[in-house]
Amino acid sequence: MTTPEIPQRSWSQRWHVKGVGWTALLVALLVGSSKMTGVDVGMFFSNFDQFTNLLVRMSQPAWSYVPIIIQPLYETIQMAILGTTIGTVFAVPFAVLAASNLVHNQWLRGIIRLILDLVRTLPDLLLAAIFVAIFGIGSTAGVITLAIFSFGMISKLFYEVIETIDMGPLEAMESVGASKVTIIWYAVLPQIMNQFVSYFLYTLEINVRASTVLGYLGAGGIGVFLQRSLSEFDYNKTAVIILAMLVVVMVIDGVSNHLRRVLL
Amino acid sequence: MNMQTTMTNKPEKPVHLNPWRRWSWLIWLILVAGVYTWAITGLHFTGLQESAGSVSKSIVHGLVNPDWAYVYNGSGEDLVSLIIQTLAIALLGTFVSALISVPFAFWAARGEHEWGHLRSGSGKIVLTLIRTFPEIVLAIMFIKAVGPGSYAGVLAVSIHSIGMLGKLFSEAIENMDRGAEEAIVSAGGNSPQVFMLATIPTIMPEFISYTLYRFEIAVRSASILGMVGAGGIGTPMIFAIQTRAWSRVGIILLGIVVMVLLIDTLSEQLRKRLI
Repeated sequence: MTTPEIPQRSWSQRWHVKGVGWTALLVALLVGSSKMTGVDVGMFFSNFDQFTNLLVRMSQPAWSYVPIIIQPLYETIQMAILGTTIGTVFAVPFAVLAASNLVHNQWLRGIIRLILDLVRTLPDLLLAAIFVAIFGIGSTAGVITLAIFSFGMISKLFYEVIETIDMGPLEAMESVGASKVTIIWYAVLPQIMNQFVSYFLYTLEINVRASTVLGYLGAGGIGVFLQRSLSEFDYNKTAVIILAMLVVVMVIDGVSNHLRRVLL
Repeated sequence: MNMQTTMTNKPEKPVHLNPWRRWSWLIWLILVAGVYTWAITGLHFTGLQESAGSVSKSIVHGLVNPDWAYVYNGSGEDLVSLIIQTLAIALLGTFVSALISVPFAFWAARGEHEWGHLRSGSGKIVLTLIRTFPEIVLAIMFIKAVGPGSYAGVLAVSIHSIGMLGKLFSEAIENMDRGAEEAIVSAGGNSPQVFMLATIPTIMPEFISYTLYRFEIAVRSASILGMVGAGGIGTPMIFAIQTRAWSRVGIILLGIVVMVLLIDTLSEQLRKRLI
């Protein structure tokens, strides 16, 4: 009986070539990045008193400012609701066309998905800046920005849901000769309605967060007041606005979490 | 014997849904209609500006004819240099944030023998507060501290990302497989050994995967932080929009789209190999 051969580590395993290589790459990238961005830890600490000064001024919120920002806060939520709804309305047909179990034409699906991927790459503030140039300063630009932003996000979430449905009811209806629209209405919709609503609420949460800063570029809502207080160095007002944003975001998150639990 | 083959007692009255269940759809309908009426009547739509038509036309014209000369001119203020700068902000910010997030994650992860979830609960609240604090405001605050430029962008990204990375990391810790830890304990290992030999190797792939995912998001936010002066491609973008230089806007948009698509694909491939 021969002794079994002891497995040998290869040369590259013994010297951890892969691990060392990845680490070296990461370190090189990080060093390059810090050179590029001019990071200077010392400067942050030497200017730290300015930063603490700012924090001290922000820790004394000007509560008298609260009544003034109630109306723009409402506007922010209204923008988010309308934007998300418009985006969803446009997203549904695209989601159906992008789902691989409903549309068997690979070309059509590929083109639709490419469009959706492109839409999703655009940052929301950038869209806001462009729409402010077209529609002027105000909430219209904000609503349209949020609509496009939620269109990209919801259509992806929706087509992924559609792809997970049970195909049984669809085949049953197809075999008795139902039309495409009838199939979608009676076999697809009932299976996905709850998840659609849940994702809609989730997107609404994200849009409420996004719409609080859109106004910074003039697209309506509380962001307009945020920009004003920051440019006037009124940090006690800035503090009130940020606290109000926190409250609004948490209330909306709470309501939407509760609704989602009721639904699912 | 007399077999009874027919049913003599009639079934009771069909069970009615209670009125609340029966009419709940109507209440929902009224609620939703109310919310939408409030939302639509509350906003003042500005409508199209008189110049909207010509502005849109010149935007489309600019987007179709991008300013190719801007791509690279060696000045360090061109598209390629600024895109690399944007990526540098995102990379450095995400890396620093991932390091800071680890202690936050252990703070916010719910322990098995924890009494009343005081520790993890407080950690989760802190992470939510960080997540909700707008990144743009953070960037402006850091600009006051270190001056305008990409350093402020790095700081803003690294602090803001803690909110999301800390949450994802803590969830990974809560759901991790405790097998390796128990094995080291039963072989007589002390707690630093358990941590080094079991906890970290088990949790590392998920941490790296979440960090890559967050990097994708950081690239998007680094590209807009420049709008308030925190470095990267956002600064020339907002200048170009304000001066209505639409062909410049077109080439920058194209640059951002290509950058985001490339980074997303790359990071997705890396994440697939990790898990």
